[in-house]
Amino acid sequence: MEKIELREPISANQTNDLAVNQVAETHHHKDEVGAKIGMWLFLFTELLLFGGLFLLYMAYRLQYTNDFIIAGQELNLVMGTVNTIILLTSSLTMALSIAAIQRGKKNLSILFLISTILFALAFLVIKYFEWTEKFHHGIAPNAPELLSKPNGEIIFFGMYYSMTGLHALHVVIGLIVLSFMLFFLLRNRINENDYIKLENSGLYWHLVDLIWIFLFPLFYLIH
Amino acid sequence: MEQGQKPHLITYGTYVLVWLSLISLTLLTVTISGVDYGRIALFIALVIAFVKSVLVVSYFMHIKFDEAIFKFFILVALVTLASIFILTSTDIFFR
Repeated sequence: MEKIELREPISANQTNDLAVNQVAETHHHKDEVGAKIGMWLFLFTELLLFGGLFLLYMAYRLQYTNDFIIAGQELNLVMGTVNTIILLTSSLTMALSIAAIQRGKKNLSILFLISTILFALAFLVIKYFEWTEKFHHGIAPNAPELLSKPNGEIIFFGMYYSMTGLHALHVVIGLIVLSFMLFFLLRNRINENDYIKLENSGLYWHLVDLIWIFLFPLFYLIH
Repeated sequence: MEQGQKPHLITYGTYVLVWLSLISLTLLTVTISGVDYGRIALFIALVIAFVKSVLVVSYFMHIKFDEAIFKFFILVALVTLASIFILTSTDIFFR
């Protein structure tokens, strides 16, 4: 109650001063380290989200080692490898996009960001073909053909669909975030002096890449 | 970072070199998976994946050149995750 009473007598002139101060502050004291720490804390929650699934994978793999090896042979190694290379390359163009805006090269930054978005789309298109091919062979969640297999294989494909599915969802979210960043870049809201938004989106994109770096050997390279 | 101090810039060339290493490691891990190393195959694949993620975190995510607090945070997160994995696997093995 007291606080509200104290605030009331502020004159129009004073509020104006306050507004000016606030504008000045956002221009001079942009806390970039703070923004990055916030982003990293969020990334750690993502790490735990996927960490739980990796933990489940480990437990089941120890229990059904042979079934996992048999089921793993069904995955398309070529598509998996190509997707790995695409995602790694998209991480490169993301890093280059930030490097370009740091040097004030707006057009180059836009070009690299658009490449990143295109690589992300390519990843999803390949994932789509990979999944539909599996579906045609009767390996879909709850499909009778899959359910007739041994338990370990059912679990392998269950983990495969949930983990690569959650990862693909992150790719889609990354795509949306990066599209917004492209818009900000075009409008100069991201520029040589203020590119923390692009950096933090980059961190998210690299995390998506990091998770795939582990998904790839665990699902596609089982022998 | 102090006010007015320029952030550390990584050159385009460094990024391309990191990318080349990542691609080479990917091709290496795919090639190795064709050879039958038995039980240590998974271990080798995970070591390669770990090396790749160190490269991504250090350079692409810029951690090598960021403040020490970021490295400390990551260490805490990884130790937490590792303890969960170690505790769970001992539970599975000694059940």
